[in-house]
Amino acid sequence: MYQLKFDQKVCASCRQADCLLKCQYMTFSGHKEAHGEMMKIMKGRDSRVLHECTTCYACEEYCQHGNHPFYLISEQREEKGIFAAPRPITNQWINMTVMQGKYLVGDVKEKALSCCYIPELGPLGSGEIFKDVAEAGVFGTEFMCPAVHSHFARMSVIKERLPLVIENYRKLGVKEVICLHDECYGTLTSIADAYGMEVPFKPVYYMDFLLERMKKLKDKIKPLNMTVAYQRPCSNRLIPDKHPLVKKIFRLIGVKEPKRTYQDETALCCAEIMYSIGGYELADDVQKRNIDDMLATGAEYCVFNCPACQTAFAQKVEKRGLKTIHIIDLCKMAIGEIERGTI
Amino acid sequence: MSDILKSLIDIVGEKGVSNAPEELWFYSRDPGVLAPHRPDFVVAPKTTEQVQKIVQLANREKIPVVPMGSGMSLAGLVIPLKGGIVMDMKRMNKILEVNPMARYAVVEGGTSQGALKAYLEEHHPRLRHSIPDSPSVTTIAANVSLHGQGRLTNQYGFNSDMVSGLEVVLPTGEICLIGSPSIGPYWISKGPTMPDLSGLFLGWLGCTGVITKVGLKLYPNKKIREAELFVTDRVDLIPEILYKLTDLELLEDINVWFQPKPFMFLGNYQITIFYTGSTEAEIDFKRKMIWDCLQEYMDSKDGGFMGTYYMKEALLQMPGRNVAAFADVPRGGGFEYSGPIAPIEHFPQYAAKVVELAAKYDVLYASTARLISGGHSMMYSISFAFNRNDPAMMDRVEKALDEATVFALEMGGIPWKPNFKEQKMLLEKMEPNTRNLLLMIKRNLDPQGIMNPGNWEVNS
Repeated sequence: MYQLKFDQKVCASCRQADCLLKCQYMTFSGHKEAHGEMMKIMKGRDSRVLHECTTCYACEEYCQHGNHPFYLISEQREEKGIFAAPRPITNQWINMTVMQGKYLVGDVKEKALSCCYIPELGPLGSGEIFKDVAEAGVFGTEFMCPAVHSHFARMSVIKERLPLVIENYRKLGVKEVICLHDECYGTLTSIADAYGMEVPFKPVYYMDFLLERMKKLKDKIKPLNMTVAYQRPCSNRLIPDKHPLVKKIFRLIGVKEPKRTYQDETALCCAEIMYSIGGYELADDVQKRNIDDMLATGAEYCVFNCPACQTAFAQKVEKRGLKTIHIIDLCKMAIGEIERGTI
Repeated sequence: MSDILKSLIDIVGEKGVSNAPEELWFYSRDPGVLAPHRPDFVVAPKTTEQVQKIVQLANREKIPVVPMGSGMSLAGLVIPLKGGIVMDMKRMNKILEVNPMARYAVVEGGTSQGALKAYLEEHHPRLRHSIPDSPSVTTIAANVSLHGQGRLTNQYGFNSDMVSGLEVVLPTGEICLIGSPSIGPYWISKGPTMPDLSGLFLGWLGCTGVITKVGLKLYPNKKIREAELFVTDRVDLIPEILYKLTDLELLEDINVWFQPKPFMFLGNYQITIFYTGSTEAEIDFKRKMIWDCLQEYMDSKDGGFMGTYYMKEALLQMPGRNVAAFADVPRGGGFEYSGPIAPIEHFPQYAAKVVELAAKYDVLYASTARLISGGHSMMYSISFAFNRNDPAMMDRVEKALDEATVFALEMGGIPWKPNFKEQKMLLEKMEPNTRNLLLMIKRNLDPQGIMNPGNWEVNS
């Protein structure tokens, strides 16, 4: 079984304890308390963090040492039989994503376009931007990043299934997998690395791909001249080095993203998972603060990165008067494939 | 041409009668597992007077008459067990009146659920009726005749409780108004404050007459409908959860269901909680009430609410179409269920029985319970899917359903829309004086025994 690479010495000597001190959903009196709680977790003792963590993943970004505090928290929750979400919900997700041999594989050669297990990703990976890879789509639980189970503190499921996913890609003989779901990229890089799993192909983050394609399609770009608020997904915390790509893409297509309270490192997650984990009071509050903050910028659109966030959260955003769009569709709008106002 | 055929043509015209084999083939069966039986004629009247003449003819000639809506009961209730005339009511499909202020509609006996729904949506968008989860073509009269349930059953009881008056043709041919329409123009009560004669027809499955008009209560059609989905893996908690939900007194409908496929549902019990509101604020208030009342199960991790974004459209469909999808899981598109009316406290035992029967007879199960009248009882559906092209599988399903009925009766449940075999089991278990009362009613209303014979056959 794969073991988490967690450097206990680094954690023990950490002078920041940013993983917990920066947490937006738990409060600590200072370094001493936050560090003390992490020490308890590290030593396998009970900690209030194991009961209160909302699984926003942000501590993976806050930790300055790349030491995977969130994975450790999830490991310890499972070890102690602590359910983050109710047990039937946890098991439902495990059952829902079990591999059943029902998957779709397109015309895959050296590159595959991963649509994870999210139907919305298929239509997104189309058009001029994806013209060279659209036929190479793969979809199904056999190719799904199992990172979602970390929300439910079931790292064992990830450790069991991720090697199978990697093997399924390997069998396709691909050299590159373009991940349309950023959680897939985070799983194939951050989680695989944290558990010492070898990935025999190059995972490509879709925003890297998107940026390069948009640069090549620069002549077709008509600046959108719009103001947006960006909804950063939890999984982007696994790959914070990729977050600046959003601003680069926005700049390229003439989109303005005004400064707001909950942005970048302080971004609030879509909170849908929090309904299961923390209850409606927490989730309602997070979503309200988030939308209030978006509206305060004067944004016309809320731009999503993750289609799961979009499916769960868009309707609530729209009810408050903001339009919603995925960043890929926004790029398609910039090159005239989608008419403004139709999404 | 036989005299009967000629007489029927005289009553309804040539296009309204048939004894062609290919048409009798269709009218000899329903979508369930019971064996077909051929009628001699099928006739489709257009007016109450035509119904009257057909019944008078049948009474004179001692020919069985089986009134039929769309024939979708699955329980073989319109299979002409003793031949005779199947009276297809679908040409009597007019919506005769809607009184928006008194909130009722009067429809002809062959009017479909879908027709009334569409009519109300277009002409009275503030009103709705209790739509069952059967296909839209099923008829309102048939539904109330078999004590159907619908989307408003948790709030207002069986759909037959929502009847506000009837017009029936008695087996001896008299046209009879039941309830307030018998004394005036308003269809506001099926009985009270007079003796409630509707009980002579509701639940009798066409054995005591032909329903030619139905007055049906309508209810506010709120602007917003919502659904929450609560999930638990502890069947023992279900009765208490349902008690807490019904204690809120604000829910439109509550269904509990479980099934082994697709995998995401395996091992869990899903409770779909429907609610409505005129404003977002009302919806939000109700949502919080629902969540608050089940918070203890979330705290104990025994239950939680699942996101419904991918399922919401399907959940909010009226009628729900998931049932049809279930029917085709083993391919061949068949399913049938035994649906006893039972106390909610028995949910765990019924749930165990479904799984046991499915294993014993090697069939695929799905189970849905619908709460009735705020939790006074539930309709517990023990459903099995089958392939219509697999007689052996159909036989196993039939045996499983028979055993389910035996179990339900042992548990003090009442089989819902019982087939003729279940009716016999019920009558055998029934207290003798009650059975004699049924016999008295049947003999007096239908002295020749022509109405849907083979059903509710009470022997002295």
